[in-house]
Amino acid sequence: MSVSAEPRPVGVDLQENEENRALVEAIEADNEDLNIRHMPGMIRLTKNGRLVINQASVEARLGRPWETHEFQLAIISYFGEFVEWDDDQIVIAWNH
Amino acid sequence: MTVPAQKPVRKLSMKQRYSALTHDLDWTPTYVTEEQVFPHTTFEGIKVHDWSKWDDPFRLTVEAYNKYQAEKDRRLYAVLDGFAQSQGQLGLTDARYMNAMKIFLQGIPIHEYDAHRNFAYLARYANGPGARFAALCQSLDELRHAQTEIHTLSHYNKHFDGMHDWHKWSDRVWYLSVPKSFFEDALTAGPFEWLIAIGFSFEYLLTNLLFVPFMSGAAFNGDLPTMTFGFSAQSDESRHMTLGLEAIKFMLEQDEDNLPIVQDWLDKWFWRGYRLISLVAGMMDYMLPKRVMSWKEAFELYFEEQMLGGLFKDLEYYGIKPPRHVDWAIGEKEILSHQVYWILYQYSHAAAFSTTIPDAEDQAWLEQAYPETWPVYRDTVWNKAQRVMDEGGRYFNPGLPQLCTVCQIPMGFTEPGDPLTQCQRQSVYEGERYDFCSDGCQWIFDREPVKYRQSWLPVHQIFQGNCGGPTLPDVAAWYGLQPGDGAEYLGSPDHQNWLAWHGQAPQEG
Ligand SMILES: [Fe+2]
Ligand SMILES: [Fe+2]
Ligand SMILES: [Zn+2]
Repeated sequence: MSVSAEPRPVGVDLQENEENRALVEAIEADNEDLNIRHMPGMIRLTKNGRLVINQASVEARLGRPWETHEFQLAIISYFGEFVEWDDDQIVIAWNH
Repeated sequence: MTVPAQKPVRKLSMKQRYSALTHDLDWTPTYVTEEQVFPHTTFEGIKVHDWSKWDDPFRLTVEAYNKYQAEKDRRLYAVLDGFAQSQGQLGLTDARYMNAMKIFLQGIPIHEYDAHRNFAYLARYANGPGARFAALCQSLDELRHAQTEIHTLSHYNKHFDGMHDWHKWSDRVWYLSVPKSFFEDALTAGPFEWLIAIGFSFEYLLTNLLFVPFMSGAAFNGDLPTMTFGFSAQSDESRHMTLGLEAIKFMLEQDEDNLPIVQDWLDKWFWRGYRLISLVAGMMDYMLPKRVMSWKEAFELYFEEQMLGGLFKDLEYYGIKPPRHVDWAIGEKEILSHQVYWILYQYSHAAAFSTTIPDAEDQAWLEQAYPETWPVYRDTVWNKAQRVMDEGGRYFNPGLPQLCTVCQIPMGFTEPGDPLTQCQRQSVYEGERYDFCSDGCQWIFDREPVKYRQSWLPVHQIFQGNCGGPTLPDVAAWYGLQPGDGAEYLGSPDHQNWLAWHGQAPQEG
């Protein structure tokens, strides 16, 4: 058993469209040192350690209620694990 | 009189809702034993002590599932409709692009349906409610994928060759036996092996390579329906990835004795899946007029960085090692697409897609993407193919290729580190000789020879007289191919139609 010392990158690929703009802005605001890569039709967000999506940040930018389940409409893929998926927050990180 | 202020009804949290609507609906049978209700979860040797430990991180309930899937379908069908109404096929980069889509749409929908069937089976036969409900959702998802792919195909079928008999082809045609044998291999395994095969190895480890750069490539080439069904399917896929990851962790956490069984399956299914998606390598680098990234770059990004650098560090905790033969796969990343496309090129006269020599623009792209290896293939094969074309011919291989007994791809892969020497491995089992494209495929055979000796190998079947007759026209007729479905792209009906459509387009003022 070994626990890696270095934080490893995790990330999500999202559809890049108007519907997801507020979500992407919220992720950018809440995650320092986020790497962003644009590809046709999609945007790839990666970060070392933990990537957090906060309901309140998304709602503030969207101007309407947003439940975290709605994240399923935006996501194309991810790497890491959903260590938390709750009413107010989604967290992607590696477990070990 | 005072009216007491109405207390707002306290909503259950997501965690409580999930628990109430999945785990809490379960009961322990009393008239029959657990073994009688769930008879299929012990014979593979996986030991489970507590099924309630299987959770769905998405915390999905029926209500939330229906709500968001309906919305996904609404968005997708709006795009398909708009594309058909506006004659979107005219806005593709080139009709040649459709050949990549043909391979995908001929080969995949039926196996989405297979996945639908087997997850429906798990939704009944898994012991735990968490596993059953996640499998139920995935079963419905996979049915949706089959349907949306067929709807996409049905629009293109009005305008292009190579779409009309996809269902029959997927049962009969040589290159489509590659995905067919892969999925049927998984379908005929036990439930836990299926989860490692499809849920974990294919969906978590490898489908990113199939879908993400490829669908982004569709977006880049004006193929909105494919981009949209692709991304829409991928949004379900992230749940499937989660199920696959949950499955492997669950098995590993339940009992230490499960580790060697799981590692073996992982080794097998990594290589099976990797060989299957080598078709995608050829499609990405050679069949898209505009490329988003090369196979090599996608492999580095989606497999080496994310999976080897991320996931396998996590699985190390349980004692899992990176898949056997992974170094062979890494060693092939510079040559895989060249070899696969050359196979497709020389046998496309017996296929339902057409191919052509990379044009000057393609060659310039290949040169910068593969500065070391592209010149080797340009000089050894493509310049010769071009000379044949210049003399008014077209090079097709007149013989039938030997197929690898396991992956069923024609033998065209090479020895590690030596891109010009064909790799050939052989095993003898009960007096019969079997041939393989690689150590990976040979290892898989040697583990389960009784299973793989039954492989339905298209070339063997032709020789045995099971495919309509001994000549190419006999076989093509039995396949259900029509003139225009395959062979050379330049001058094909698709190419000529494309030129005519654009010649007749109104001139821009
Ligand atoms: Fe699917
Ligand atoms: Fe799936
Ligand atoms: Zn093989």
